[in-house]
Amino acid sequence: MKDVLTVSSSPHLRHPDSTASIMGDVILALSPAAIFGCVLFGLKAVLLILTCVVSAVLAEYVWNKLLKKPNSIGDLSAVVTGLLLAMNLSSAVPLWMAAIGSVVAIIVVKQMFGGLGFNFVNPAMAARIVLLVSFPAAMTVFYEPVRYDAVTSATPLVNAAGEISFKELFFGMHGGCLGETSAFLLLIGGVYLVIRRVIKPIIPLCFIGTVALLSLISGGNVITQVFGGGLMLGAIFMATDYTTSPTTNKGKIIFGIGCGILTFVIREFAALTEGVSYAILLMNILVPYINKATMHKPFGVKK
Amino acid sequence: MKKRESILRPVQRIKGGVNLPHLKATAEKETVVMPAPKIVNIPMSQHIGAPANPCVSAGDKVFVGTLIGEANGFVSANIHSSVSGTVKSVGEVIMNGLPSVCVTIESDGEMEKDPNLKPFKVEKAEDLAEAARACGLVGLGGAGFPASVKLTPNPKQKLTTLVVNGAECEPYITSDYRECIENYNDVLEGIYLIKRVLGLKRVRICIESNKDEAIKKLYEIASDRRDPKDKVKLMRLPEKYPQGAEKVIVYSATGRKVGPGKLPSDAKCIVMNITSIGTLYRFITTGMPLVSKRITVDGTAVSDPKNVIVPIGTSIAELLDFVGEIDENASKILMGGPMMGIAMNDKNAVVEKRNNGITVMKEAKPLKTTPCIRCGRCVQYCPMNLFPAMVEAAALKNNVETIKTLNVNACMECGSCSYVCPAKRPLVQSMRLAKAQLRRESK
Repeated sequence: MKDVLTVSSSPHLRHPDSTASIMGDVILALSPAAIFGCVLFGLKAVLLILTCVVSAVLAEYVWNKLLKKPNSIGDLSAVVTGLLLAMNLSSAVPLWMAAIGSVVAIIVVKQMFGGLGFNFVNPAMAARIVLLVSFPAAMTVFYEPVRYDAVTSATPLVNAAGEISFKELFFGMHGGCLGETSAFLLLIGGVYLVIRRVIKPIIPLCFIGTVALLSLISGGNVITQVFGGGLMLGAIFMATDYTTSPTTNKGKIIFGIGCGILTFVIREFAALTEGVSYAILLMNILVPYINKATMHKPFGVKK
Repeated sequence: MKKRESILRPVQRIKGGVNLPHLKATAEKETVVMPAPKIVNIPMSQHIGAPANPCVSAGDKVFVGTLIGEANGFVSANIHSSVSGTVKSVGEVIMNGLPSVCVTIESDGEMEKDPNLKPFKVEKAEDLAEAARACGLVGLGGAGFPASVKLTPNPKQKLTTLVVNGAECEPYITSDYRECIENYNDVLEGIYLIKRVLGLKRVRICIESNKDEAIKKLYEIASDRRDPKDKVKLMRLPEKYPQGAEKVIVYSATGRKVGPGKLPSDAKCIVMNITSIGTLYRFITTGMPLVSKRITVDGTAVSDPKNVIVPIGTSIAELLDFVGEIDENASKILMGGPMMGIAMNDKNAVVEKRNNGITVMKEAKPLKTTPCIRCGRCVQYCPMNLFPAMVEAAALKNNVETIKTLNVNACMECGSCSYVCPAKRPLVQSMRLAKAQLRRESK
């Protein structure tokens, strides 16, 4: 027994989960789809992921050094941001462009607003939008899968002819962003996160459900709408970002449905292809208001 | 023949709460009795309310059970000597950094019982409160609230249900469980007595499902009672911390919600800890007041954990010597379990009435606190439906206006929020800070 005793506030027992372990789980959940993207689009995809991750981590490191802040790259959140950004880009995007995206995500969107936990929009999503409006041409070139040469192919959403079978669509044998093609692998990642209790399934279910329902009502192709674009990646991995999604279950439902409606409206009526990204971004901005409106009463207080 | 009624399931389940490791290594070990310590320091304030007035002076000869401190007012409790011997001094002793009025008694090692102790006759409701007062009984689950107060009949409030709290949801601690196993007769007879005297309609003996032995034991004996006046029901509660918190257990047992600032009596319930009932019954039958406590001594640094019957006022140092080998890297002594226990800075602090465990922990790496990522786990697991992360943000900025909107006083500091926080933020500490800021503001 030591002579000097340690005094600290209760509780003296903590759950093993940490910020880093949660981020690690997200990386693990993303990896099947990311690896599949690499198989589909080849070396360029591998380089794109590496560029995004390394430049995101580097940007965070340099920012902390310059501002004499404690080094925070150990929490792995920069890795997640970089990986998510890469998965949201076409493998045809030049690497320097991707690096700019990472720097924007980390420095402008995250650190300038106070760092981890204080950004009001999803960094990877915002960076993607920044790249999209800055380099519209380069951002909408997509490679044909497996044939690694520079054959451009439209994504299933744009390719209204609908010549892709459900199987190809579901398992991801089609053009598109690096990590968004395989709905199957993204779903596996999502299920893993739910089982590990990293995320709750509320937002993805409401989001995807709303999109499916609205396209069904409007007479659109539900399968293409749900499995074709970036909906799976967006709903499972981007809309569930802790910092930029509501806290309460009720808030999560509102947020998910709102994302779904906006995605449908943008896809259907706007001249934009990036329905999911804009929808999540817009709903991110509403989160403080949703949080305020859905605060629950303490135990035993009547409504 | 009437069909036997089975063990009940909870009426309601709480939304929050966490699943903790149980770590109940002492569950199947027989309780051992600690020999008389050389000296005891018995504090006059071991309960919520006014400290007792010492009624002995240096040089007086006392026995086990002799009154040494008289309850000072309605919300207070009697204090009795836990050893036989001579009063050495009456006055302030520095204990865990704070001065505390104590009666210090040098033990003669005989543990001689006070010859004046005699059984207490309980016939009507007033007698029960009187018995609790004479016994010096306080809430033994940890709250330390004088039991006589809640047993005093209030003509405005009709009580219908006795909720017997045997949840014991803190990890390590098995003291209530051992009470059920070793003194089941006192517990059950005490329950029958309280039910009859207070004219209660229902009794719910609530025990967590990880203590099935206790549930079965009490069930078996209770179902042999044929008298319909003595009908009691066992309830198996889910293993979810903080199941034993008063408001949580009332909700589980009856489905009634006790709101912030309200008491179980507002929901027509009286909640009593299982050991409290056993102790009260022993006092009524033998006259021996509350002078010793069953303490679970466990934790990562204890090589041979056990339950020990300890005279109140025994120092932790002496208790740990009796229990045996403590790891040389032990650096934390907790009064209570690891979730709500208070870290001591003084090994000479003493065992009090409301203690039921001493947890000794090995030195651990200090936790690295990282920024809140707004994962919402603290909100999701809070049994009182509060927003701990928002309270923390407001408290750290001393933003009292925001704190006022967040109902911090409903927080019972169970520690679920801090336990689940992946950023390892000291949320409970911030809750206390917020409460203090509110108190300062209202002054």
